[in-house]
Amino acid sequence: MLWGSNAREAHPIFFHHLMKGLRTGTKMYAVDPRRTASAKWADAWLGIDVGSDIALANAAGREIIAAGLHRADFIARATAGFDEYAAAVDEWTLPRAEQATGVPADVIRRLAHDYATADTAQICWTLGVTEHHNATDNVLSLVNLALLAGHVGRYGSGLVPLRGQNNVQGGGDMGAIPNKLPGFQDVEDPAVRARFAARWGATVPPRTGRHLTLMLEAMDRRELTALYIIGENPAQSEARAEHVREVLEGLEFLVVQDIFLTRTARMADVVLPAAAGWAESEGTVTNSERRVQRVRRALCPPGEAKDDLDIISLLAERMGRGWGLPSAEEVWDEVRSLSPMHRGMSYPRLEEAGGIQWPCPDEDHPGTLFLHGGLWEDPLPRPPALFTPVDWAPPRDGLSGEYPIRLTTGRRLDSYNTGVQSAGYDSPLRAAAIVEIAPEDGEEMGLREGDLVNVTSRRGSIAVPVFFHESLRAGLAFMTCHDPDEADVNLLTIDAWDPKSGTSEFKATAVRIERAVPIGASS
Amino acid sequence: MSADPTDEEREAVDRLLDAPLSSSEKASAPASRYAPGGYQRMAERRHMLLPALHAVVDQVGWISRGALNYICERLIVPPAEAYGVAGFYALLPLTERPRRTAHVCDDVVCRRKGGMEILDSLRGRADVHPSPCLGQCDRAPAVFVQRAGQPDIALTGADSEQTAACLETGEAPAASPAPLPQQGQPGLRLLRRVGETDPRSLADYRRTGGYRALRRAIEMGPERVIQEVKASNLRGRGGAAFPAGVKWEAVARSPDAPRYLICNADESEPGTFKDRVLMEGDPFALAESMTIAGLAIGAETGYLYIRAEYPLATQRMERALTEARGAGLLGEDIAGSDRRFDIEIRRGGGAYICGEETALMNSIEGKRGEPRNKPPFPTVAGLFGRPTVINNVETLVNVPEIVLEGGRAFASMGTTDSAGTKLFCLAGDVERPGTYEVEFGETLGGLLERAGVPAGGAEAVLLGGAAGVFAGPDWLDMPLTFEGSRARGAALGSGVVCVFGPGTDFGDTARRIARFFRDESCGQCAPCRVGTVRQEEALERHLDGGEWEAELFSDLAQVMADASICGLGHTASSALGSAVRLGLLGANRV
Repeated sequence: MLWGSNAREAHPIFFHHLMKGLRTGTKMYAVDPRRTASAKWADAWLGIDVGSDIALANAAGREIIAAGLHRADFIARATAGFDEYAAAVDEWTLPRAEQATGVPADVIRRLAHDYATADTAQICWTLGVTEHHNATDNVLSLVNLALLAGHVGRYGSGLVPLRGQNNVQGGGDMGAIPNKLPGFQDVEDPAVRARFAARWGATVPPRTGRHLTLMLEAMDRRELTALYIIGENPAQSEARAEHVREVLEGLEFLVVQDIFLTRTARMADVVLPAAAGWAESEGTVTNSERRVQRVRRALCPPGEAKDDLDIISLLAERMGRGWGLPSAEEVWDEVRSLSPMHRGMSYPRLEEAGGIQWPCPDEDHPGTLFLHGGLWEDPLPRPPALFTPVDWAPPRDGLSGEYPIRLTTGRRLDSYNTGVQSAGYDSPLRAAAIVEIAPEDGEEMGLREGDLVNVTSRRGSIAVPVFFHESLRAGLAFMTCHDPDEADVNLLTIDAWDPKSGTSEFKATAVRIERAVPIGASS
Repeated sequence: MSADPTDEEREAVDRLLDAPLSSSEKASAPASRYAPGGYQRMAERRHMLLPALHAVVDQVGWISRGALNYICERLIVPPAEAYGVAGFYALLPLTERPRRTAHVCDDVVCRRKGGMEILDSLRGRADVHPSPCLGQCDRAPAVFVQRAGQPDIALTGADSEQTAACLETGEAPAASPAPLPQQGQPGLRLLRRVGETDPRSLADYRRTGGYRALRRAIEMGPERVIQEVKASNLRGRGGAAFPAGVKWEAVARSPDAPRYLICNADESEPGTFKDRVLMEGDPFALAESMTIAGLAIGAETGYLYIRAEYPLATQRMERALTEARGAGLLGEDIAGSDRRFDIEIRRGGGAYICGEETALMNSIEGKRGEPRNKPPFPTVAGLFGRPTVINNVETLVNVPEIVLEGGRAFASMGTTDSAGTKLFCLAGDVERPGTYEVEFGETLGGLLERAGVPAGGAEAVLLGGAAGVFAGPDWLDMPLTFEGSRARGAALGSGVVCVFGPGTDFGDTARRIARFFRDESCGQCAPCRVGTVRQEEALERHLDGGEWEAELFSDLAQVMADASICGLGHTASSALGSAVRLGLLGANRV
């Protein structure tokens, strides 16, 4: 099941592998408000209302239980919380789900039955699930489904969040999240901190840090006054971009380390030109399937650009805590000494195997093809997996008479996020900054393709040309985030965010669309 | 956004794919919420790609980007792939051109019968293109006109005025019937109805014994039908001479279902036209034959793949199939047998290579018509990867008589190794060109005599077409049998007997043959793609006065024969090599 993922455009290499499965008879469901390029390959596409994922998942769960298709033996042995879950989803009958999602009840029923009865099944999701105010709950509702059907901890089955870059997973693995040290070790665990402190010869702050959204709030309150940004462009990538730029402007000191002079870098007091991660740097990356792979330097970085690692080491020296200029391998060996799940992955082994999947606790360990296999062992070698009942709450930015259209955002095949890495290249496929609406809406509003329209949300308004696209139904509009200089969609988006993940609700904005009246024209 | 279809293009595609592919194409109520689809469904529809491309060309004359995109959207085919398919075929243009286009045959027969004059006089004045053999050598010269909005048409015995008029107005005079020199003579089997009965009339067909064999075959049951076909020693008439019964038995015994029958009517070997004569003159015979074969091998669907350059044969077959369906002789419960079988016609796209059986299958499947590696053979993994019998038109049309009179009776005709009768296509410098049916065993000289070639009237005869060999006067005593030709290192091929009288410019003919292979090589495998070009260059150098590079030529021939994927490469040097051996291309000749 591709759930909230247009992988054909956003993860084209992954989709290429997925196609191999389709060619040999794998069935695919696509859950997406838009009938995307990916959805066209699906055996069935379910065009849900934006943000109604939990309604769909809960109803599918109820249907699986009602039809007796849940893996009762697995659930009894390896999970906890089933009864509470079953009670919580009981109100999610198919008719109610049809009302909440817009998808016909019998299609939801088929999805539930096909998922539960498949020998192996995966749920693959991306930002369609996570860029909501209730992102974590959305994910948990999918986890519940996988536990119900026993599609976890087995080869070929699983829960697969597709990563947006080659090393998103690696960033988290290395501790670039507020509550973890490298190897997902809890920063609030004194024993963990003690080991790191001993190795580093420094105290590790005992508190969970702030994630991006909390940082922005702290900047807004002037609690956070200096910022060091590595490889991010928040002045354009974050929801309510105008506000983000205001708080960045309000900082006392801003350092940006990037390979491009991004919009954010242009606001910085100091810009540190960095080497590209690909082809100019030594090190490792970790992909969506937890596979750690070596990357190598093939080119010297241009001009004054330096490897991220060297920049940080030189900064440390200026701060009086010099540790020399360690090589990438030396740093990696330090990671291995502190992170048990990486311990067995020496550079020679990574090179020889062409990559190893964590956890890999020692040098004889082959790496781990899939996680949670222990759930199928008897006796259970680990705590049981938890069902987590979740309630559905619709998007925060409600539709109204004034803002009747649901705007959702996404990506196109030939562009990447805010365009920092992709806008410099021509593409025959690239659409300019536009808003897409359903053909029937265009007709009703008396618009022609190419007409300039104002797209207005409760937070801002932008003027863009309108085009019609049949992947959209009436009442649904689509924009990408690729052209922030021409059409800054994040002036419109809401900064309501998920309290657990800190992700903003980029996917659900209430807007109105009206023909732009040229400035100076009488109304 | 110029890559949108016009209304005309959209309608042409929709007419063909009348049932919308999915509900999101605005067919039913929850369209905006649910759409079925998927790879399996896409794979099931992929075979509609070639018909859809044809539908656009038929209506508009060419395939615009918008039309291509629309087809791809309807069939869920990546546009790059569909572009590759369209670009493979000569008759599916991807650039804009006038609504009427003439393809003037300049192949070995027509170029000497007025084809070049038509080309020369119209070039620059109208949309004319030289074409390989159009299969009308009995009424040369031939012109094939693609007419947007009107059915395509073949002009025979054509001239430049007639061609120009057709391009301008779309109109053309009624074609003269195919010459049948033996019409009315006793002993004809395959040709006995041709010219004698109304090819549009099922009643006429039945009055002359038609569909008796199908009833008999149903009584006998599949097993016995196959045994009779095996006993008949019927060999394939498409060129390979493989025993038909062996193929049928292999497929009938295969546990895999569904099984398929294909009739190969992509008659494109230069100089060949007999299958066209059968389809135009006795279409019900082919329909009945395919039905018998389909029931025998346990197929429910048969495909009849006709080359696009045969519009009349296609119309006649379409009509015959419709009539047969209406009379319960195709479809569900055929003639009370409780069995179902139906036939779908597929039009080629102007590609010689699609006569190769596996290329033809890829073409039906909506792919580029590139041959596959064998094994697996079609009897194991043929159309859509399923067990498939593929037979030539003439091969199949022998079947009703075999069913009615028994395999042994059929086997007693002709010679031990070559049973039955054979159709030959006589054209070129002959007094009475046309399709001849003779019992196997007739000599080449005897056949030429029937066609009115006087002694000394043939300096050379091209046997088997461009893929065949030139035969000299000392071959006249050769019996026209599989074994007789094999003894001379030749093959009967598709039955081409193309006569070249004294004074022929064989250099010109050889050039055309070399160009033919260069043009028609599908380019998939290097030996053929490169070899056909190098061979043409070597020929050019020789005809320009250079020494014949015998070693180079024989190396090329050897590499193509050894390493090409399919028969095109295997035989691409055959005719040229034989012309050299006969001394037809010596310096004194040019």
